[in-house]
Amino acid sequence: MSRDRGKPGWKTLPIAAFIPKPGTSMQYKTGDWRAFRPVIDEKKCVNCLTCWIFCPDTAIKRKEKTVEINYDYCKGCGICATECPVKAITMVEETKK
Amino acid sequence: MKARMGFTGDEAFAYAAKQSMVDVVSAYPITPQTIMVELFSEYVANGEVHTNFVCVESEHSALSACVGASLTGARVLTATSSQGLALMHEIMYIASGLRCPIVMGVANRALSAPLNIHGDQSDMMGSRDCGWAQIYCENAQEAYDWTLQAFKIAENPNVLLPVTVNLDGFILSHAMEGVEVMTDQEAKMYLPGRKVEGMIDPSKPGAVGPLVMPDYYFEFKRQQEEAIRHVPATLQAVTQEYAKLTGRKYGIVDEYETRDADVIIVALGSTAGTIRSVAKGLRKKGKKVGLLKLWLYRPFPTKEAAEAIAKSKVVVVFDRALSPGAPYGALCQDVVSTAYAHKIKPAIVDAVYGLGGRDISPAEIESIYEEALTAAKTGTVKEQVKFVGVRE
Repeated sequence: MSRDRGKPGWKTLPIAAFIPKPGTSMQYKTGDWRAFRPVIDEKKCVNCLTCWIFCPDTAIKRKEKTVEINYDYCKGCGICATECPVKAITMVEETKK
Repeated sequence: MKARMGFTGDEAFAYAAKQSMVDVVSAYPITPQTIMVELFSEYVANGEVHTNFVCVESEHSALSACVGASLTGARVLTATSSQGLALMHEIMYIASGLRCPIVMGVANRALSAPLNIHGDQSDMMGSRDCGWAQIYCENAQEAYDWTLQAFKIAENPNVLLPVTVNLDGFILSHAMEGVEVMTDQEAKMYLPGRKVEGMIDPSKPGAVGPLVMPDYYFEFKRQQEEAIRHVPATLQAVTQEYAKLTGRKYGIVDEYETRDADVIIVALGSTAGTIRSVAKGLRKKGKKVGLLKLWLYRPFPTKEAAEAIAKSKVVVVFDRALSPGAPYGALCQDVVSTAYAHKIKPAIVDAVYGLGGRDISPAEIESIYEEALTAAKTGTVKEQVKFVGVRE
């Protein structure tokens, strides 16, 4: 695959896929898995933090009056939109603006 | 001082394990492997070894515990049979993929169904492609000797792969033989404790066993292939050192009269002993027969096998496992590929035998040799695949 050109080969990689540095999962941005994007209507949001508790990827951050979604890691599962008691979150298809 | 002990194959394995400075053992009992770990647990209970014996609820957990322990840099041993090996199957790939030099004793036994506890090699052949090196023993002495040597092969920095030491269920696991052993001191000198930095080290945090996507997975599998290709050279160095110490010489293959043989039987494990005895008798009658016994089955010793069968006219491969629907049994497939790759053209016959512990007699082996000698003369093989001793 041409996009893998320049990546290290088997002779230089650490054996057994060992990653010798901790905390590297932060570098793996899973946001591009997303097909639907959660969008928050701040006017409806009551900042109850239900979505913050339910998000399985801890991709929701607390803010003073509402919450913010970290699109670098949000995979678009839609649990937040389903659980929101005031329907402040809608799932918008990524291909549609 | 050479000491000679009366050991079954299982006991010989346990005794070698006792002398191997093993840090962790985790295993689950299953016939006919049971005595391996039962006897070892006695050594632990008596304070004869300082091994951490981890009791678990299944073979899946046993091998999982072994993987975790091995990653810390510990010397680790386990043992199983048949259904237990099948239950370990998933973790076997993880042990080799994470490059854990675990040594596992396998008392080879048939797989269910129908339920059968007796010896054949279907269990290990089913886990053939798990990335483990595989050694097959002919007798209890070999079980003892290979267990000590297996650690040296597994732990070699160029290898770092798990190794199975296979012994035929009941025929070897439960039959008592005289076994020459080293003193504990000699064994300790040959095989000191494992002192390496493990992948898991609290002072050096990192990630073991992460998710690897299509852009990297293949590279790690290529590394593993390279590692297993280092086994034959490592094994030869290890066996040479062992021979100097004990006088017992091992290697990749064990040949008997192959040099000028018209007919060669290829076999693994205890049956090789019976075949050799039959071949000896036939040689006395002037018949040109030989035996190629493979000590090392994975990685497959292509070069050595090709050299051994190069001049023969008929090769009969003894498969103590069925590979349903395949052109031949597993061992025979390897021999056929070897012959093809080296452009040597003996007629090759597959003799599937001994399933579920069915005995094979010297008379049956002799008639197989005789039939092959006739085929060598006439140039026609009657049956490409034979099922030895099965009732029609």
